[in-house]
Formats: sequence, C-alpha cells, structure tokens
Amino acid sequence: MSEAKMDKTRRNLIAATAAVGAAAGAGAAIPFVWSWWPSERAKAAGAPVEVDVSRMEPGELKIVEWRGKPVWVVRRTKEMLDSLKAVTAGLTDPTSSASAQPEYAKNETRALKPEYMVMEGVCTHLGCSPQMKGVDARAEMGADWAGGFYCACHGSRFDYAGRVFKGAPAPLNLPVPPHIYVSEGTILIGEDKKGA
Amino acid sequence: MNRLLTAAWDWFDARMPTVGEEWRKHASEYYAPKNFNFWYYFGALSILVLVIQIVSGIFLTMHYKPDAGLAFGSVEYIMRDVPGGWLIRYIHSTGASAFFAVVYLHMFRAMLYGSYQQPRELVWIFGVLIYLTLMGEAFFGYLLPWGQMSYWGAQVIVNLFGTIPFIGPDLAIWIRGDYVVGDATLNRFFALHVIALPLALLGLIAAHILALHDVGSNNPDGIDIKKKKDANGHPLDGVPFHPYYTVKDIAGAVVFLAVFCAILFFAPEMGGYFLEYNNFIPADPLKTPEHIAPVWYFTPYYSILRAVPPLFNSQFPGVMAMGLATMILFFLPWLDRSPVRSIRYRGVYYKSALATFVVVFLVLGYLGVKPTTVWGQFGFDAFFLDTKDIATWVARLCTILYFAFFLLMPWYTAIDKCKPEPERVT
Repeated sequence: MSEAKMDKTRRNLIAATAAVGAAAGAGAAIPFVWSWWPSERAKAAGAPVEVDVSRMEPGELKIVEWRGKPVWVVRRTKEMLDSLKAVTAGLTDPTSSASAQPEYAKNETRALKPEYMVMEGVCTHLGCSPQMKGVDARAEMGADWAGGFYCACHGSRFDYAGRVFKGAPAPLNLPVPPHIYVSEGTILIGEDKKGA
Repeated sequence: MNRLLTAAWDWFDARMPTVGEEWRKHASEYYAPKNFNFWYYFGALSILVLVIQIVSGIFLTMHYKPDAGLAFGSVEYIMRDVPGGWLIRYIHSTGASAFFAVVYLHMFRAMLYGSYQQPRELVWIFGVLIYLTLMGEAFFGYLLPWGQMSYWGAQVIVNLFGTIPFIGPDLAIWIRGDYVVGDATLNRFFALHVIALPLALLGLIAAHILALHDVGSNNPDGIDIKKKKDANGHPLDGVPFHPYYTVKDIAGAVVFLAVFCAILFFAPEMGGYFLEYNNFIPADPLKTPEHIAPVWYFTPYYSILRAVPPLFNSQFPGVMAMGLATMILFFLPWLDRSPVRSIRYRGVYYKSALATFVVVFLVLGYLGVKPTTVWGQFGFDAFFLDTKDIATWVARLCTILYFAFFLLMPWYTAIDKCKPEPERVT
C-alpha cells in the first residue's frame, strides 16, 4: 500500500485501540498487586502485651512476642549499667539521635527505669535476632568485650542498651518499642499511656 | 512394521509439517562445531536437571501443605510416611544444588571461550535472566519446609528490600503480606515457586535456545565455523546436533547421574551444605539460629553483602553492592573489548584476570558459609579498622577484586597481547 493511499483515520484508530488496550492491560494488574497487601486479619493481630518483671533475676533476659517480633526485657545489673558509659567511644550512635525510640527512652540508659531495658530483639541490619553475650564470652568476642548482644547472622555487636558498635553492618541501635509501667513490676509493651 | 511407522509419520507430517521442520532446524540439521569439549556438557545437563526438578516438584506438591501451621509437619510426613517420599524430596533438594553447580560451570564455559561476545549477546542476556530466575526459584522454595533456616533466610532476604530508601519498609510489608514473615508469605512463595517462576523459566530457556540456534554455537577456538562451508552449504567444521551431540550428551548424562545418585543416596545433606541442619528445627520467630548462612550457591553474594559497611546510617550500600554484583553480568558482552573470544588465544592479562576472578569467587563463597570471626582478629588497632575481623577485610578485598574484574575489563582486554586465531577449528 502506498503512502498516498494510507487511510489516516483507520491508522489512528489502530493506534488508539492499541493504546487503550495497553492501558487496560496495565490496569488489570492492579487487583493482583493490591492482593499482596496485608489482609484485614493480619492487620487486626498485634495487641499490646503485659510482662511481669517483678520476679526477674538481675542480669536475666526475658523474651516476649509482640506483633510477631521478639521483644527483650533485660534486668540490668550495676556492672551492666556501668559498662554503658565505658563503651561510648566505640559506638556508632551513642546518643541514639538517629535511632528509633520513644522520647522517654532517649536518654543515657535508653529506658524508663535504668534497671529494666525494653527493646526489640531485631537487628537493624536485616532482622535477625541477636543473642546476649556476657563478659564470660570474651574468648569468642575479643578481650575488650564488655558484654551485650551479638548478631550471629552478620556479626553486628550491641551493648546492654542495644546501641550498635562501629564496624558492624547494622547502621542503627536496636529500636525501643512504646511501653509503660502499669504497676511497679508490670510493663505493658505496645502502648504509651493507658487508654491510648 | 517399519513401513507402517513410515506411513504413520508421513500421514502426521502431511497434516502438521511444523514438527518435522523444527526437528530438522534444531536437531538433525542444526550444525554445531565439531570440537566441543568437556565444558559443553553443562547446557544439556541443566535441561536434564530442570526436568528432574519439575517431575520431583510435581510429586512433592501432592503431599506438601503450604500452611505455616502444617508445612513443617507435612515435609516430615513426606520424609517418614509417604512411600518413597524421602527419595523424592532428596531428589528435589539435591537437584537444587545440582542445578546451580551445572549452571555455574555453564557460565564459566562462556567466560572461558567468550561465548557472550558479538553476535551472542542476547544468548548471554537470556542466560543471566535464567540465572536470576533460578535464584528466585531457589529462594522461594527454601521457605517452604518452614524450618529455622527457611524462616530466617526469608526474613533476611525480604529485609534486603526493606533497606531501599523511601519505599523500602512498605515494599517489605507488601512482599510479606504481613508485618513479619508468616502464613501469607509462605502461601504466596509457594505459588511463586510451583507455578509463576517455573513458567518464566521455561519461557526464558526457550528464548535462550532459539537465540542460540539463530546465531549458531560458539566453540573452544572461538572462531566462526560458518565462514568455511562445503558444497551443500554446511559448515566444514560442523556436525549435525543429532545424532552427534545427542549421543555425546547421553554419555555425559550417565556420568552426571552417577554422581547425582551417589550424593542422593550417600550424602543428601552434604554435611549441611545442601540441607542445613538448622532447617530440621521448626521455624521459631523469636529465636534466630546461632549461625545463619545461606545455601552454598548464594554465599559469594552474601559475603559481598556482609563486607560493605553501612554508610549514612543505612545498610542499603551493602544491598546495592550485592545487587550490582549480579546485575553487572548483563554488561559482560560490552565490557569485553578483546578481538578474540577463546582463552586459547587471549593474552596474559585476561588469563590472570579470569584466574583471579575464580579464586575471588571461591573465597567469597567460602567466607559466606562461615561467621565473620572465622579467621580471628587483627592483634593491633588503627583508626581505619572499623572492625578487627580478618575475614571481613579479606571479603572486602575480594569484593573490590570481583568488581575490578568487570570494571577494568574494557582496559585490560583492549591492551592484551592476543595470539592469532586459526583458520579452522583445532
């Protein structure tokens, strides 16, 4: 068919049909992409949890589940609290200025009460759960290890306030979840103030 | 009997000539270079492994339950109670490792003989896409037994996407379908593993082979056999794929299957490298295993991920480095500026670069299965030592060399002193 004989109207119609068809094809992907978001059931799960800390031994670590994540409660000894000051020079974010915690936990010990540390036991690198390594693990952790947490996945180290040491692949300190003391020995994790 | 078969074929051929035409085009009249050597087994072997994986996979789905509450138990049920179930599962798990073994050797062959060079760039690109799809297939499949390594492996990989600036956290939730790896994640990974990615894989393999047959196969001399043809128009140095290479590949398949069965029956877990011990423990979202490492075929990239320190309070650079390490493969045909294809006629620069690359890839692979403390720590301190783990520094050096192999290639292949290529294959 020669250029002169080409029917412009028909050719434009072909182009318009193809464009509309392509747009419809792309639009058809929307319900499938949409279906990958969390379901209503998944969104409904995740209520706050209560932890009884009154019977914890000094130095003990308690793990509770909140929104499917491990949350640690550590009853810190005096040695543990002292170690926090000694290690600050080696930390990535010693003042937790870039890290995630509620305003009331943005202090030297990252806690409401220094004795009880509440934090999410989820490495800020890629989400593994680190392990507590005391000073007795020096053989494995190096002679200057003052105690804290070690992520075996990629080798990140944290102190007893969940603050990350330099040289670790984790960029930030372990997050502190919202929590509140509902009584002297009971912490509610997942809520800041009653009725909130 | 013979006349009856001929008559039946003629009847069929008269009604559907496409089958005969395609057979001639891709097998009985596809002329492949006559000098294929050992390295040319692995393409055909990867097709064999694909068939093994599809057949064993279909039978596994008949007993497996994609449900976070039932998955681990159903795999143990397959292992203990289903007649021959242990065999089918070990065929599938050994097949996964075998797939990567033959694909890595197949890719290395392309680097030895320059098979990715002009005019085979598309063959190479489809090949890299197959490799990436295979990685996805392996990753999705690894979640299905719902063991500790399944769970935490998926946790780490999905969180890789979570590090992407701005959209990352939402993207990770979208991939998981939940705020943590859970039942929704398992269910969709099952769908991707058993239907979506296998379909993509089949399409890509068809494209890979069609693209290859359009331009013709390379050979260990890296020269074009179509330049010298006989009176019938067939390459002088070519032989029909069928029966010459179908028979050669059957011999290769026999040796391969002997090795495959030896692993299958005597070491299906391969000392924890094919099936990790921690994966015989049900998934526990509250407890990360003491030592977590991916299966061996991912470990070189995992080492690169671990080696890169965080920048600007973000671990995204490490994730980027790992992603780029695979993406850079796409550009290989354009990075190589050498006038010759085969290692046989290349100069000392490419030979040493490729040798270094192989060593670097193996060292990264080895370090990826070990904790970063495997080689101890430096005994001294210095301002630039952000970590004293020796293995981390070795991995960093290897990561630089890995990228240098590709990024410096336009330079060292251009100045390399190549030998003259022969007129005919040797």
